[in-house]
Amino acid sequence: MTDTTALAAMFQQRIDAEEKIEPRDWMPDAYRKTLVRQISQHAHSEIVGQLPEGNWITRAPTLRRKAILLAKVQDEGGHGLYLYSAAETLGVSREELIDQLHSGKAKYSSIFNYPTLTWADIGAIGWLVDAAAILNQIPLCRCSYGPYARAMVRICKEESFHMRQGYELLLTLCRGSEQQRGMAQDAVNRWWWPALMMFGPSDTDSTHSVQSMQWKIKRFSNDDLRQKFVDQSVPQADHLGITLPDPDLKWNAARGHYDFGEIDWEEFFRVIAGNGPCNHERLSARIKAHEDGAWVREAALAYADKQRQRAQKAAA
Amino acid sequence: MPDKRLPLWEVFIRNKRGLDHKHAGSIHAADGEQALQYARDTYTRRNEGCSIWVVKSADIIASQPQDEDSFFAPAADKIYRHPTFYEVPEDLKL
Repeated sequence: MTDTTALAAMFQQRIDAEEKIEPRDWMPDAYRKTLVRQISQHAHSEIVGQLPEGNWITRAPTLRRKAILLAKVQDEGGHGLYLYSAAETLGVSREELIDQLHSGKAKYSSIFNYPTLTWADIGAIGWLVDAAAILNQIPLCRCSYGPYARAMVRICKEESFHMRQGYELLLTLCRGSEQQRGMAQDAVNRWWWPALMMFGPSDTDSTHSVQSMQWKIKRFSNDDLRQKFVDQSVPQADHLGITLPDPDLKWNAARGHYDFGEIDWEEFFRVIAGNGPCNHERLSARIKAHEDGAWVREAALAYADKQRQRAQKAAA
Repeated sequence: MPDKRLPLWEVFIRNKRGLDHKHAGSIHAADGEQALQYARDTYTRRNEGCSIWVVKSADIIASQPQDEDSFFAPAADKIYRHPTFYEVPEDLKL
């Protein structure tokens, strides 16, 4: 046996025994690459995810709603930072990660390429998009890579407020005027299908699933998580008095689950490929924010450097 | 021109008085003062801490996984360091 095959066997043994892999441990290149891809994509999603909601901060209807939305968007910034630093433990620099986002080499969740047209969208995002994110994220708390799992524990703790504020927002609209109920229904009509797409391609078409399961980066299949999401959302929609926009949605007593209609995968792949309603706008906003902030980073470094030189001179 | 990248800092947070500082994660900042402020914004948005330490990641000296055996194994065969090694009369509550 060569050294590498022995190391690879030890590595898989450790994973099978539910032990965590830590940054300085030996790991296969493909494991490292998969994690960098997945964690950075996750981090980029948090950061880009601030944009659709940030769009409504100045127009929130009350001070209470504004404070809540600000806190939520700030959390998303924080989640992005936890995840970037988890990715950096794998030997990739923050600058490389940001370059990959800006050049289009790295992806982020395609859900954020849809526009937030009305205030009710903020409710629909919290209720549906954050619920889908939570279902995807909870199993990641037990992911085999220690730093990623620890970041996810922190994120999941903070995420449930996001979903609850969204549901409460929609509930308030649904108890309001005819117009407000209509606004809530319209938002759900637009967000329901993109939320279902957040679980990724069907298991039969998912390119990374099998290996990720073996490495315990992934614990449940895309389709299983999607089913769970549909099952939990239906009674929540009923309580709101909202109709989910799927004529094929119905309880299947034999399966003990809701059946639902076929997802428009063509749309999914079109948006991933960069041709969704807001792809260009999101990426330009990120690049502009990064470039506009360059002078701040430079000034902070220059100031730190000056302080260091002064301290050295004083000590001499 | 100095390196234009913000250095990496490790963040340790004391949850509440009486507990140890515990590693929370890392952040990038130009100097210690900024690192403290960023650590506060990033890791203590919900009263998770009453004290923060930051230390430059480059200043940490760490043991290596490949040295695990030679470094930690000598403790494994010294079972007489544990109270259960000793046989004493059970009813005496020793």
